[in-house]
Amino acid sequence: MDYQPPPFFSRGPAPVVRLGFFVCLAVLLMVLDARFRYAESLRQVVALLAYPLQRVALAPGDLFGAAAGFFTTQVSLKRENEQLKAKQLQAANELLTVGALRSENAQLRRLLEARERLPRESTLAEILYQGRDPFSRKVIIDKGRQQGIQPGQPVIDDLGVVGQVTRVYPLLSEVTLITDKEQRTPVQVVRNGLRAIIYGGGDRGTLELTYIATNADVLADDVLVTSGIDGIYPPGLPVAKVSRIEQDAAYSFAKITCMPTAGTDQNRQVLVLSREMNLPAAPVETESVAGKPPKQKRSRSRE
Amino acid sequence: MSFYEQPQRILLPAKVGYMALTLVLALVFNLLPWRGVTGLPDMVALVLTFWCVHQPRRMGIGIAWFLGLVMDAGNGALLGQHAFAYAFLAFAAVSLHRRILWFSPWRQAAHVLVLLLASQMLMLAVRLVAGGVFPGLTYFAGAFIAAALWPAASFVLLLPQRRAESVDENRPI
Repeated sequence: MDYQPPPFFSRGPAPVVRLGFFVCLAVLLMVLDARFRYAESLRQVVALLAYPLQRVALAPGDLFGAAAGFFTTQVSLKRENEQLKAKQLQAANELLTVGALRSENAQLRRLLEARERLPRESTLAEILYQGRDPFSRKVIIDKGRQQGIQPGQPVIDDLGVVGQVTRVYPLLSEVTLITDKEQRTPVQVVRNGLRAIIYGGGDRGTLELTYIATNADVLADDVLVTSGIDGIYPPGLPVAKVSRIEQDAAYSFAKITCMPTAGTDQNRQVLVLSREMNLPAAPVETESVAGKPPKQKRSRSRE
Repeated sequence: MSFYEQPQRILLPAKVGYMALTLVLALVFNLLPWRGVTGLPDMVALVLTFWCVHQPRRMGIGIAWFLGLVMDAGNGALLGQHAFAYAFLAFAAVSLHRRILWFSPWRQAAHVLVLLLASQMLMLAVRLVAGGVFPGLTYFAGAFIAAALWPAASFVLLLPQRRAESVDENRPI
């Protein structure tokens, strides 16, 4: 009864069926990736496939850089050397002061029985390229799990905080810049110690200080540094400078726009700091703290 | 005036290796370190559309989906975003391949522009739902540039099929 075409005419399922199958698969992946972060292992495998292609794509730029370095004239090298020497002399003076201050600080901290802050280990990394994804602000650096990079490590340059490592591949890592819309950094105003959380401004390369009351003491040109209460960023690293404050009586919060201190878009070399590991253990939640009989709890969970 | 605007050439069969090579080259182009340049043409989408139109039996939705996955992982985008858009692109190109090939290269480019724009719209919608930022209108410039490259791309990508393996005066190709 039912007619079957000869096998050499058969072309598999209809295009619409195939489209439906692959679209479902894609949507499933997107939900897993965006909401639950379950797709990381698949991403690692596919990224490993793309890695040789990325290396090939980076080769012309590397070659150009090498050639440009070869043809740098001696004069410019000599001038740079002199400048660096002068700078080092200046820095040496400050370094001596810093040494004295550090020992004094250590002593004071011991006096206060504060936990001694351990010097952090850091890894020098180079920014390979900016992510092509136009919806987020991320860069790829040339150090990965093989070099001991872990997700969550802060990334700084010579001027301030650049961002945070969000994904680690075997040989590369992805750094989300502080200007990304999804990135938050805990900060403190240097002038008066006011704590706040700074949000990335997204596309414009700016930052926004949100949920600050209209009457709070924040002025233009205030310097914001990391507060360090999250245990991820070391305290005192410059993050941003307040550039504009808009106070609207219609809203209870002021709109404060800041510019990042670090060259989030210019630098090539960055420093990846290790995470501080001497955190106190997270408090254990006990039944009595919840203060609710288990019977009531069960009925709520069923709803 | 007939719709059959140009004489059709008899072509040699396409080689799978050459198709794979062009797709890999397009991937390398897309993974080049563009430092914050927006509005770049998506070469993978262009080459994919080309092979879907010209070789719909060899190129299809599955391959497009996998290429999209590689793009997502290589660029750190939302996993599945390009896969989703490319699957739709391949489906549309395969369904329209009989129609598109009737037209002259520039009119084909107009068809391709619509397909590329639609796939970019899909990606934009997905990312806005997932909480991304609107990247500005330059984001769509890539589709226009890619469509403008279509006539040149179809000439280059068909070159190996136009070349006869042994030249013979009495043979039409």
